[in-house]
Amino acid sequence: MIQFENIVKRFRRHQVLKGVNLTIERGHRVALVGSNGAGKTTLIRCLLGEYNCEGSVSVDGQDPRQYRREVLSKVGFVPQLPPPLRMPVGQLIRFAASLCDTDPGRMVEVAGKLGFDADHFHSQPFVKLSGGQKQKLLIAIALGRESELLVMDEPAANLDPEARHIFFTLLAEKKERAAMLISSHRLDEVASLVNRVVEMDQGEIVLDDKVADLVDLSSRLYCRIRLIQPEAAFAKAIGEWGFNGSDGGLVWDGFIAGPDRLRFLGLLSRYAALLSGMEIIEAEDKEPSVNVV
Amino acid sequence: MKYLWLAAYTDIIESLRARWFMVYAMVFGGLIVILFAFGLAESRIMGFTGLSRLLITYIQLSMAMLPIFVLITTVRSVAGDREAGVFEYLLSLPITLSAWFWGRVFGRFFVVFLPVFLAMIGATVWGMAKGADVPWQLLIYYTGLLMALAWCFLGIGMLISTLARSADVAQGAAFVVWLTLLLFLDLILLGVLIQEHLPPETAVAIALANPMQVFRTATMMLFDPQLVLLGPTAYVILDNFGQLGYIAYAILYPIALGTACAGLGFVLFKRSDLP
Repeated sequence: MIQFENIVKRFRRHQVLKGVNLTIERGHRVALVGSNGAGKTTLIRCLLGEYNCEGSVSVDGQDPRQYRREVLSKVGFVPQLPPPLRMPVGQLIRFAASLCDTDPGRMVEVAGKLGFDADHFHSQPFVKLSGGQKQKLLIAIALGRESELLVMDEPAANLDPEARHIFFTLLAEKKERAAMLISSHRLDEVASLVNRVVEMDQGEIVLDDKVADLVDLSSRLYCRIRLIQPEAAFAKAIGEWGFNGSDGGLVWDGFIAGPDRLRFLGLLSRYAALLSGMEIIEAEDKEPSVNVV
Repeated sequence: MKYLWLAAYTDIIESLRARWFMVYAMVFGGLIVILFAFGLAESRIMGFTGLSRLLITYIQLSMAMLPIFVLITTVRSVAGDREAGVFEYLLSLPITLSAWFWGRVFGRFFVVFLPVFLAMIGATVWGMAKGADVPWQLLIYYTGLLMALAWCFLGIGMLISTLARSADVAQGAAFVVWLTLLLFLDLILLGVLIQEHLPPETAVAIALANPMQVFRTATMMLFDPQLVLLGPTAYVILDNFGQLGYIAYAILYPIALGTACAGLGFVLFKRSDLP
């Protein structure tokens, strides 16, 4: 579906991409990882036809620069930093839906699933929303249409755990018929979302590997954590994951999204000395309520 | 076409909510209020009284302010949007570059012209309410001239925004362009050029190429048809153009210049990196 052939990009004398070759097929969920300045954003901008570059980029055989509308009609893009748009939420949704020839109601619906009530914020300028609300709306615009390629730059960074789970579930619905390119500077942020990892360093691909695709994107895990003593810092950190405490802060119960397990274990590892017991099981019938922001 | 109007509408909505637009609208609205408050509508100059007198003063002040306002607000917001990542996101949506660019130009034109025009209409309505005669011909002519001037500097602003990669550079460049045109507006400078044995035709050609000078001369022509204030240059203008011809030139030339600059800006925009 996507073909990068010997892509070179220079900014004056500085060569940011040094002959990148990469092919991504439908069904591939690619984590594009690397440190700052590795060339991830530049590669994405070449893919979106926003940068001129040497070599050739094609999406289904079409050059995104030459066939902008045809190519970008298939692409749902979520940037790392939300743009400071002053237009109201309703106007942004209508604008994006008109350009994508889709029903704005679909975007509103996806936003609602993520916990963002777009109708309530209809007249609110986009720039005045919180970081999480902006991210939810941009994801809703990307997913609320017929996108065959999802390009996302740190898409879940500002989402609360519940919204992350819904987001992963929405991605799961698209995983067979779409390709995904998810950029992050930390692999653990996106590891469970993807079935392929491409690592970039100084403008070159240094690793291109398949990863075990065993985690169901839409799965949930029920967790119970027991502590040897109550701890305020832990209570604050686990509270952000939506966990409820009992027994004087010694026992904590909650749900995590399946693909979030690595991140969650990362959190627990910081408090390893406090843990006296831990239970994590696949949740089937325990559906937590969705908090609408 | 649908996408062009969508882009224009979006730019209008964005601009109407921006702080620069509020300042811009207040300056031109406030100008009219001040002119009324100082009783300019009741004073007389060269036979002009009432609304005609007020509009002449307004148009002279607009000549000084409109170009720099249009240039600075255009380059700051367009280049600023690029720096802030607005282009990166909006240009990832399926819109053609021509619809995006020209949509922004038309939307921006509407926004920069609206306060200037509404201030003039406000003055007319106020004058009518006070029983003054409305100089319709003058009003239509000035509207045309202001439109041409706004379009011209909008086109120049879009070209600068395309060339400059940061808002600060774009703002500096816009100021230099405005200052250069302002210097060549100064008859003293033209006098020096002539003193330095520059052929008078060259000096006149410079004046005719400067959209601000063209606008100034055209506005003068209404209350001074023989262009006595302009001195010998008037002969060249009147001999070559005639009064009607010059009025047509004063409207068409800035429009052509603005369109050419915006067109060049579009060609460069299409070829360059977008965000």
